[in-house]
Amino acid sequence: MARLREGLARLARWFDQRTGVGAVGQLVQKKDVPIHRHTVWYYLGGMTLFLLLVQIGTGILLLFYYRPSAGEAYESVQFLMAEVKFGWLIRSIHGWAANLMIVTLFLHLFSVMLLKAYRPPRDLTWFSGVLLLGLALTFGFTGYLLPWNELAYFATRVGTQITEVVPLAGKFLIRVLRGGEDVSGATLTRFYAIHVALLPAATATLLGLHLWLVQKHGMSVPPGAAPPTGPRRAMPFFPNFLIRDLVGWLTALAILAALSAYFPAELGTKADPFAPAPMGIKPEWYFMFMFQTLKLLPAHILGIEGEVVGVLGFALAGLYLFLLPVIDRPTESGVSSRVFTWIAVAIIVYMVALTAIGYLVNPAQ
Amino acid sequence: MAERSSPPTTARPHPSRRKFLDWLLGTSLVGFMASVLYPVLRYLIPPVAGEAATGSVTLPFKPEEISANSGRIFKFGNRPGILIRTQTDELHALSATCTHLGCIVQYRPDLAHVWCACHNGHFDLHGQNIAGPPPAPLEEFTVNVRGDQIVIGKRS
Repeated sequence: MARLREGLARLARWFDQRTGVGAVGQLVQKKDVPIHRHTVWYYLGGMTLFLLLVQIGTGILLLFYYRPSAGEAYESVQFLMAEVKFGWLIRSIHGWAANLMIVTLFLHLFSVMLLKAYRPPRDLTWFSGVLLLGLALTFGFTGYLLPWNELAYFATRVGTQITEVVPLAGKFLIRVLRGGEDVSGATLTRFYAIHVALLPAATATLLGLHLWLVQKHGMSVPPGAAPPTGPRRAMPFFPNFLIRDLVGWLTALAILAALSAYFPAELGTKADPFAPAPMGIKPEWYFMFMFQTLKLLPAHILGIEGEVVGVLGFALAGLYLFLLPVIDRPTESGVSSRVFTWIAVAIIVYMVALTAIGYLVNPAQ
Repeated sequence: MAERSSPPTTARPHPSRRKFLDWLLGTSLVGFMASVLYPVLRYLIPPVAGEAATGSVTLPFKPEEISANSGRIFKFGNRPGILIRTQTDELHALSATCTHLGCIVQYRPDLAHVWCACHNGHFDLHGQNIAGPPPAPLEEFTVNVRGDQIVIGKRS
């Protein structure tokens, strides 16, 4: 036993001399996490990261059976679900973890927003985080189409049609996005390439930056959360915080397994480009508030098409979200601004309310 | 030990030469990036499919195959159209692509008009947008029944 330990220590020394990786260990030893009444929100980023790792793992497994063509995609997913051992489980976990990841991502976003953790020098961390949210939503949008079922087909038709409101280049952008005039097999291969190659590469890069910045600046203590006098309370990251993280991750895994077992992913009917949109057509739940807004807007508002007004509104809201650290001047100086807190609350209430309406109204009306 | 002579001042790199080299390297870099990016961008733009300039189509089903108060999707070139037989036995043909966000519309027997399931858009039997978010009417086609055949054509 002692000789084995000695051997391992020598191997570690050998590796460290060549890579200098021991510095990382020292960093981890030094890292700590502040303790105050809002500490619980620090776990959401790590939880999102865990779910992303689940997505990468299950996504790679799905690639072994999936075939990205309009003629075969639906059938290959059907085969995976019905014939392949645990195929249903892998696909269900991929679907559920995607949804949970969006949940934790939004909770992470809103907690950072309400606790004003985006103030300089963490503004760049915020920018990279908002971009990562954009990537995650694009992951969801492109992945939704891949099984090539009716629901996904129409959601993609609507979702890509929205780019038409872009002035001048609208029609051109739709064609680039769809790989043709309509949603077709060309769209499927395009979305597949984006989903399994482009987005993972972009996510890895941005996430690397995001995590590095989190390490560099440490955890943000919200204004007013820590007492101005007295010793700073903190716990070591390793092992105290990490162990708590792991408890959360194991819980998430258990929830994922339960959801996948009791509510396995559905497939529906195969997409038919020459069939009417089915009643009750809806996008993924995290696009529901936008979908519902477009549904409620009248055809014309002040002479502009309602849809243009809606999409423009969401674009501006997205821009506000991204530029928040620049717009929120008062918080930069350490005073938490009530106005920006109320705007954040208003955004949350709007999203929750419209999502609820989207699921509660009768689709035939 | 021989005293080393200081280098003559004229050997100092000429600033304009340095500037020229920087400029040359910079423009080469831009040229290189452009020569890589241009083919990639052009590659991503799909080729324009020769869209069939469809003026009229003969439907693959007979007039009696569509019952009263119902609708049926047909292919008008590479786009969907909808043929409707009303309660009073009239035939109407419209483009089936919703003018709102491009979903495919359907005939609702309970409302006796055309409806889009995606965002609750309503159109009358001539394609006029009567309720909901659609900003424009559906294109109306001509319907001609010649014996067993239904011929759908664009309105001139």
